[in-house]
Amino acid sequence: MSESIVSLRDVRRDYAVGAERVHALQGVTLDVERGDYVAIVGPSGCGKSTLLNLIGVIDHPTSGTVAVGSKRVDGMSDREATSFRLHNIGFVFQRFYLMPILSARENVMLPMAEARLPRAEREARAVELLEYVGLGNRQEHRPSELSGGEQQRVAIARALANGPVILLADEPTGELDAGTGAQIISLFQRLNLDGTTIVVVTHDEDLASAARRKIHMRDGRVVDG
Amino acid sequence: MLLDMVMLSTGMRESFRELLLSRGFELRLAPKGTLPFDTDATIPGVSAITNVLRRNPDIREISPVMGASIHIPAGNRDVSGTALGIDPSVQGDYELLAGHDVTSADAMVVNDNMLRRLGVHLGDTINVATGYDPQTRTYSGQRRLVITGRVKFIYGASEQSSGAMRRETLEAMSAPERRDRASLFMLKVRKGADAERVRDWVETQLPNVTAISIATAIAQVDARLSYFRQLAIILGAVSLFVGFLLVTTLVTVSVNERAGEIAVMRAIGVSKAHVVQQIVIEGVAISVAGAVLGLGLGLVTARYLNTILSAFPGLPMAIDFFLFQPRAAWSALGLLVASGIGAGVYPAWRAASLPIAESLRREAIA
Repeated sequence: MSESIVSLRDVRRDYAVGAERVHALQGVTLDVERGDYVAIVGPSGCGKSTLLNLIGVIDHPTSGTVAVGSKRVDGMSDREATSFRLHNIGFVFQRFYLMPILSARENVMLPMAEARLPRAEREARAVELLEYVGLGNRQEHRPSELSGGEQQRVAIARALANGPVILLADEPTGELDAGTGAQIISLFQRLNLDGTTIVVVTHDEDLASAARRKIHMRDGRVVDG
Repeated sequence: MLLDMVMLSTGMRESFRELLLSRGFELRLAPKGTLPFDTDATIPGVSAITNVLRRNPDIREISPVMGASIHIPAGNRDVSGTALGIDPSVQGDYELLAGHDVTSADAMVVNDNMLRRLGVHLGDTINVATGYDPQTRTYSGQRRLVITGRVKFIYGASEQSSGAMRRETLEAMSAPERRDRASLFMLKVRKGADAERVRDWVETQLPNVTAISIATAIAQVDARLSYFRQLAIILGAVSLFVGFLLVTTLVTVSVNERAGEIAVMRAIGVSKAHVVQQIVIEGVAISVAGAVLGLGLGLVTARYLNTILSAFPGLPMAIDFFLFQPRAAWSALGLLVASGIGAGVYPAWRAASLPIAESLRREAIA
């Protein structure tokens, strides 16, 4: 039997928008197994990103439970959540948000420095990861010297730096053209084949189709998958 | 401006202290209740006072100085100035720049202003008088003196035309009631002796004089020039506050522009403390960069203002209002770094404390 790496039970998330309460998630129950590649799809405002944020421990549910890697994360303090994200979660966003003054290699080393890995180890792993994403020859380039696709690949390498149990991606191809987006889709498939558990939120049909499992959401609920 | 104000608040005091100590005289005796050369009052009985002072083994040198106005006819003009009657072996009022000191009774040394106004040179003989009646254009107490040296008066004002001669020469030229009198005594104390104790002893022994040590002179100058110090403190505080607001604004704008970047840093596991630390370092870097640029500008401004202020009538040329001291520069830098830290902490903490998901959502919408 496969091991569940993400487990959500009857998760609700409400926001106060002015005087109104928005029910972003309305009782979501979901499991993601180790080694899975899940695409969450649905119309804008259906709660996809909110669900991803809860799995990534950058948001807390209003009610229900969230466990990642067999650890309950829904009640974590800010300090615990920060440390948990550092060691267990890899994030990739639509915008790459690389540090403009750091080289590609230094950007990848950043989470490892935060995790206090020895410098030599950081250097070696950053080089290894950049070679894995096809940027072995672009290590010393700054983000401004890289194309959008290359920047996103650096962001993916950065997300993998501390060996996370799961890689979360929010519209990773949203700012890329079709050709460059296809390279990222291909990279995600390779990562998954190599054992990385991936959950991706997307409007991109090609990216969603590349996943092993597709979850449809509507009005804060999982409707299919 | 902060550097200038720090220099101004400490510069005058240090400059004045250096000036007073420049020739090693630690005590000055003036007529009771006055400051040196503050009035025309003089101390009678120079010989008797000298004998009293010699009784104290802690006093190693006594230099009585007589001050007087002098008049010198130059063609059909009268050139007026001041003259000091000194003993050249112990004098501490001028530095000889060229020629010889006043080794004979008919010798006189003068400063550049006097040479220029008289149109004379070293070796020339001039008629010097201690009195002049402009109505009748007649001189009194006149004597022919040879200009033997060109000097710079340590306590002289920039516009002053001055000369010095032996004290007995000036006495001989003065009215009988001004004989055996001095405007000032300057005293050197023995190395290791307590100047304040000697000062107390002098005031006990000589009730008709006021003894002024370096410390009391500085205290009196502090009291007289407290306006400058207060101005320096106020302007320094204003410039520091403006700098603080500027750095806060720059850091806040920078942080707002990078809200998404900061949220992502937090999302990938960078701690709140490290985010704050990075932003505060930026604030300090802005402050230090400003300080380095400001240092050069501040020094140029200080030099310019010092030239203007030093030209105030009656002020010794050697007094600097803005005295550069490494301590002043370090103080200004320390204050700026502290303000940079203070200016960075609030926007940094605010940015690092924003809900990550909310910041990312806003960025995505933007």
